Amino acid sequence: MSLTLAASSAPQNVAFGIIAVVMCVAALGVVTMKNIVHAALALVMVLAGVAAQYILLQAEFLGIVQVLIYIGAVIVLFLFGIMLTRHPMRKTGEYDNDQRILAGLVSLLIFGLLAYLLTDQFRGDKLHLGQPTQTSAIADSIFRTYVVGFEVVSMLLLAALVGAIVLARRD
Amino acid sequence: MAEKAWLIPLLPALSFFVILFFGKKMPKGGSESGIIAVGTSFVLAVIVAAQWIKDERIVDQHLTWWSNGKAHITIGQHVDGLTAMMFLVVTFVSLMVHIYSTGYMHGDVRFTYFFAALSLFTAAMLFMVMADNLLQLMIGWELVGLCSFMLIGHWFEEKNNSSAALKAFFTTKFGDIGLMLGTITLFFAAGQTFHIETINKLALEHGALSHGLVLTAAVLLFLGVMGKSAQVPLHIWLPDAMAGPTPVSALIHAATMVVAGVYLVARVYGVFWSGFSIGNGGLNWMAFIAGLTMVLTAALAFVQDDIKRVLAYSTVSQLGYMVAALSVGAWTAGVFHLFTHAFFKALLFLGSGSVIHAVHSNNMSEMGGLKKYMPQTYWTFVIGTLALAGIFPLAGFWSKDEILLGATKNGYPYIFVLGLVGAFMTACYMGRAVILTFHGEYRGHGHPHESPRSMTVPLLLLAVPSVLIGLINAPGVLKFAHWVRFEVPGVEFEPPEHKFAVPLAAFSFAVAVAGLAVAYWVFYLKTAPNKGAFARSPLRTVKHVLVEKYYLDWLFVTVVVGFIKGPLARAAYWVNQNVIDGVVNAVGVGAKLVGRFTYDVIDQKGVDGIVNGIGVSASETGGVLRLVQSGRVQQYALMLFAAVGLLAAALILFT
Amino acid sequence: MPITEYLLLSAFLFCTGIYGVLARRNGVLVLMSIELMLNAVNINLVAFSARLNDAAGQVFALFVIAIAAAEVGVGLAIVLLIYRNRVGVNLDEIDLMKG
Repeated sequence: MSLTLAASSAPQNVAFGIIAVVMCVAALGVVTMKNIVHAALALVMVLAGVAAQYILLQAEFLGIVQVLIYIGAVIVLFLFGIMLTRHPMRKTGEYDNDQRILAGLVSLLIFGLLAYLLTDQFRGDKLHLGQPTQTSAIADSIFRTYVVGFEVVSMLLLAALVGAIVLARRD
Repeated sequence: MAEKAWLIPLLPALSFFVILFFGKKMPKGGSESGIIAVGTSFVLAVIVAAQWIKDERIVDQHLTWWSNGKAHITIGQHVDGLTAMMFLVVTFVSLMVHIYSTGYMHGDVRFTYFFAALSLFTAAMLFMVMADNLLQLMIGWELVGLCSFMLIGHWFEEKNNSSAALKAFFTTKFGDIGLMLGTITLFFAAGQTFHIETINKLALEHGALSHGLVLTAAVLLFLGVMGKSAQVPLHIWLPDAMAGPTPVSALIHAATMVVAGVYLVARVYGVFWSGFSIGNGGLNWMAFIAGLTMVLTAALAFVQDDIKRVLAYSTVSQLGYMVAALSVGAWTAGVFHLFTHAFFKALLFLGSGSVIHAVHSNNMSEMGGLKKYMPQTYWTFVIGTLALAGIFPLAGFWSKDEILLGATKNGYPYIFVLGLVGAFMTACYMGRAVILTFHGEYRGHGHPHESPRSMTVPLLLLAVPSVLIGLINAPGVLKFAHWVRFEVPGVEFEPPEHKFAVPLAAFSFAVAVAGLAVAYWVFYLKTAPNKGAFARSPLRTVKHVLVEKYYLDWLFVTVVVGFIKGPLARAAYWVNQNVIDGVVNAVGVGAKLVGRFTYDVIDQKGVDGIVNGIGVSASETGGVLRLVQSGRVQQYALMLFAAVGLLAAALILFT
Repeated sequence: MPITEYLLLSAFLFCTGIYGVLARRNGVLVLMSIELMLNAVNINLVAFSARLNDAAGQVFALFVIAIAAAEVGVGLAIVLLIYRNRVGVNLDEIDLMKG
């Protein structure tokens, strides 16, 4: 499924806009909701939105991978984690700590900086979206140019796997 | 021969060392060495005198034994008429005394030591009169003073004798301060030289030296003369010096040492003539003192019981005459009187020694009527008395008359009058002495007898010149004045000379005779004076004052010495303890305080405060900063992000 | 279409993630915020990849996804351990390294 948008990009902008708004709201929800499960679900929405943006950017393989891994595995992990670490007696208490205000200020500051920088630098740059990226091109890139990185990531995954098991086993 | 005149002092000096090392072993206990040496020196002195009379050549030579820049310290000899005369006097009288002492000091506990000291004294005196520079003169001067001290205190087992020796030494030493300062003054005034001829020349040349300088030097030197030649008020040591053996008194305190001061004036006469302006007449400091000496001490001779003390005061009085002569410009008269006085005073002293030896007492109250026991002593003593009193034609007449002549002709009436009074008194007290000693009844307890030949022979030998020597300068002969004169090569100067005046001579002769007559009248015809009348008369106070020696001894001992010993010493001690030690202690305490302050405030509080403060502030800062580490990861993360944001903002804003 | 919108979106997500990391007490929530940040970065990467027509951006994004997954796994294991030791996962209370 590819959206052939050769001539105009107006539908793209609109789609991007809607998805972006949803993502932002969901993101805010992650960091502010009082119910932790609700926060996890909000995260799901963000991740789905990200996948949609990938497809909009003609990165179809990545979008599929995003859904598979993030929404499929990571969220499940999170939910398991939430479940396992709930304090039975405690009610869903406060999830925000004392430095909220300072944190808010800092993040606003950084956002302001980033926004200024990015717009200042890339104003007027236009994306020209052509054909969707070929998966084979990505595969080529991985297994040729970035094969070392690929191997390292494999190692990393292995280590993470082993580490997680070692850490979490009950003894 | 005159070039070898240095042998004359050398022989007695060698004798001194010989006696010192070998005297005890010699058969006569060292006296033979002394007699041989002095005798030989006498012969040499005669030769020198003869040579001088023949060609009148002044010998002035020296060796430099040390020099420092411009100043040359020399040892040398200056042989002229005055030197030759002194050589003769010293060696002859010393020889007589040596011979006499073999008898007088026979069996004495320190016989050898005595002769060693006599040799040393003779050598020193000869060394002094030979001196061509003031430093050498001063060395000889001090040496004779030392010998005097040694010999006065010869019997030092008795406290009186050693006290008398110390008194002599200190009094003359006090005068020596003046001598030293005067020498220094002249040294620098004359352009760093001690040479006497040079000094005389400069002093006599008009304008060569400032008058004030010369006067200062003269006054200072005269202080030395006052000490050594026993002028009032420093005469006090001489009567007490009679504590020594009589030969010593004869040699040192009559004929030779005490005339060292007179010799100094005569030798360095240019300084005195210019300094005291002697040519102007009237009165000068030297004349004033000499005049007092002449009369005051003669008065003291009247109240003495000890025969040697009578002679001692007589010596002081006669020294006053000599200095007076020099102070009025009668140079030749003064020197001539020195010459004659040596002989007859030595004679008188040795005669008194003979009497003392016979009677074993010094006091005339224990003598009397000795004429029949000791005829030789008696007649020689009488000859000496007549010579001293100034009876024509004996020696004293000529010399004393010349002094009076000089005094009146040079315009010093004060000296003239005092001289006449003194002459009267001299005759009077000597008459008293003779009468009390030799006439009347014997008042003592011993068995008087004539003395041995070793003692009477010198008396006879001395009596001859006492009679005859005056004739050397009798009018018409005038040889002494010719041979012994004051001259400085290169300067036109001669002390004034006067022709013999018969009226004056007759008058002074009459005065002397009158003195003797009064003595005869008071003491011979009235041998037991009316004690009651005398006791009630005002003369008693006079006698009391005389007996107390004008309270001078009290003045010096109690007042001067007592002040120094008491208040002055205490004051000095107080200054030392409180002021000097106070300063030192204060410095010490101050240093301690500074140290403590430095330690406490600067080091402990200041420096350590800074150092500790740095440490404490570091630790405090750490303590504060530590709190930043809360252990909470999110806080760290917040700080991290905040820092990043701020840095980025800064970067953006400023670049 | 202008790229700045994607970039701004990415920046917004990132900063939200920062806020979440700093302000959320629960460890799991912090991990979730970290996921937010990583995804923001991914969007950035892919946007630029599209801009530059270079597949490398997407490759990079793939790697990031893989690493993020590994990191979540390990992170949750740690959170579990904490939960076991302290019966509570409030990061506020974990201050053993307090100075």
